[in-house]
Amino acid sequence: MFDDSVKNQIRTILNPLKERVNILYFTQEFECAMCRDTGEFVRNINELSPKLNLTEFDYLKNPDKAEEFGIERIPAIAIADSGGKDTGIRFYGPPAGYEVNSFLSALLETSGAKQEIPVALMNRIKAVNKPVNIKVFISLSCPYCPEAVIAAHRLALENTNIKADMIDVGVFPHLGVKYNVSGVPKIVINETRELVGAHPIENMLEVIEKL
Amino acid sequence: MNINLNISSFVNEPNFNSISPDKIYDTLIIGGGPAGLTAAVYCMRKGMKTALVLKKAGGQVAETASIENYPGYSYIDGNDLTLKFREQVMQFGIDYAENVSAERIIQGNVKKTLLDNGSAVSSKSIIIATGKKWKKLNIPGEERLINRGVAYCSICDGPLFAGKKVAVAGGGNSGVQAAIDLAKIASVVYLIQHRDRLKADEILVNSLKKFSNVEYLLGHEIREIHGEKEVEKITVENLSGNSSFEIPLNGVFVEIGMIPNTGFLNDVLKLNAFNEIPVDHLCRTEAAGVFAAGDVTDVRYKQIIVAAGEGAKAALSAYDYINFEFV
Ligand SMILES: Cc1cc2nc3c(=O)[nH]c(=O)nc-3n(C[C@H](O)[C@H](O)[C@H](O)COP(=O)(O)OP(=O)(O)OC[C@H]3O[C@@H](n4cnc5c(N)ncnc54)[C@H](O)[C@@H]3O)c2cc1C
Repeated sequence: MFDDSVKNQIRTILNPLKERVNILYFTQEFECAMCRDTGEFVRNINELSPKLNLTEFDYLKNPDKAEEFGIERIPAIAIADSGGKDTGIRFYGPPAGYEVNSFLSALLETSGAKQEIPVALMNRIKAVNKPVNIKVFISLSCPYCPEAVIAAHRLALENTNIKADMIDVGVFPHLGVKYNVSGVPKIVINETRELVGAHPIENMLEVIEKL
Repeated sequence: MNINLNISSFVNEPNFNSISPDKIYDTLIIGGGPAGLTAAVYCMRKGMKTALVLKKAGGQVAETASIENYPGYSYIDGNDLTLKFREQVMQFGIDYAENVSAERIIQGNVKKTLLDNGSAVSSKSIIIATGKKWKKLNIPGEERLINRGVAYCSICDGPLFAGKKVAVAGGGNSGVQAAIDLAKIASVVYLIQHRDRLKADEILVNSLKKFSNVEYLLGHEIREIHGEKEVEKITVENLSGNSSFEIPLNGVFVEIGMIPNTGFLNDVLKLNAFNEIPVDHLCRTEAAGVFAAGDVTDVRYKQIIVAAGEGAKAALSAYDYINFEFV
């Protein structure tokens, strides 16, 4: 899937990984349409750093694990920290194309190699005290989409009340229809509030604070 | 399955310092495409006190998949070339701000540039290298239905229109390329453009001709986009017959070229009919100490190598200005 030069580039990007990161990949024995590619993708990435630990779960045979992580469909990837604690970060569909950047960023940030966030903003993130679900709808060929995915995932990482899903509309077209996605990225917060375009953390937070 | 690694977003920047509001810089470079980044290398090597502000590193290059005409590379990915440009600037320890836009320039012997983060930069000279951005149709319904069927990035939003009817506005290279990408997945593609001939390169037009689900509306213009929550139909005018009609469809992809980022220059410089900055052969504008380079200028050819070359010229010109003219 990756040639040697790409592998080396990803190794370099993953070099700053601090703590171990657990990658939980949910699939099933009779693989779904995109499961083969997603599986191959995570296995490939997993080999590129000793700090990564991939576990594969059968969605049907392992309903407990799927339920524990609130996995609703496959292929799905959940990210947990070194202690196995859920970060709230989810990828529904393969994080290939431009989303490889969101995936690597999620691994780095979960490990503790984080981009700095201004204190005032961080205080607002920490103050969110109700359950929040952020869905970011993307297509893999969209260069602007990772910005929105990375912002939503960072919110999840900093506050356990917040969960954030990347959803590939190409893999889950029925969700695209259900949520009226006719441009990506599209951000849906708690099923009711919408933001269209690559919005930064501040804008998502403004919507969350008004929920 | 493809992957599009954007390495530059993971590189840390040990050698960038923040811009100081108290310094008077020899030059301020506005824009971080090929023109601005090349200018930065030349200014730093000349030992000028240099500040660089930019919205997005790489400019249009960062949005380009493959480049096959930049010397030294028979093929390079736009992200990779951006990374290389940036690395070369990074070695100097330049004063730098990213994700920041210049909003206004106040002319004077020492010039003041106001930024959208509330700060201001003082400099003896300025190099404007703000490039271009995608143009809108400016017709009723367009603004309201953006991302509700009106799209400006066919590779991003194309997959959402599988099996649907779409229109592409524009028959240049980007319009025809979008039509090719969309013809593979949409049920019908209407290619609409006001000229009666496609302006795109022959090689692109020929590959579009292979699709049987493309309808050509040459000599036509979209007048209005209709729809309540989503795009439902468009009104199209036949320019030769002066008649108009409606087409029911789900998406409109706008690919009608680019306009220069000169909006923030309102009163400082006179622009030409295309809103470009007129420059002379030394990249000088009509205002003393203000230089411009790349796609934002009236230099006819808009290419990476041309923008980079003009960036180098603007830097050397600014150097001469500081040393021999500035008092
Ligand atoms: C899809 C596509 C494919 C292309 N393919 C090729 C190719 O194969 N070969 C080739 O030679 N050329 C190609 N071009 C053209 C080439 O990319 C441009 O000619 C070149 O990028 C121009 O460089 P520039 O530095 O003048 O401007 P830009 O690349 O437009 O960069 C402008 C910079 O200014 C910044 N900016 C804008 N406004 C402000 C502001 N107010 N304040 C601060 N910063 C600001 C932007 O963020 C950006 O950093 C292509 C262009 C496109 C769109």
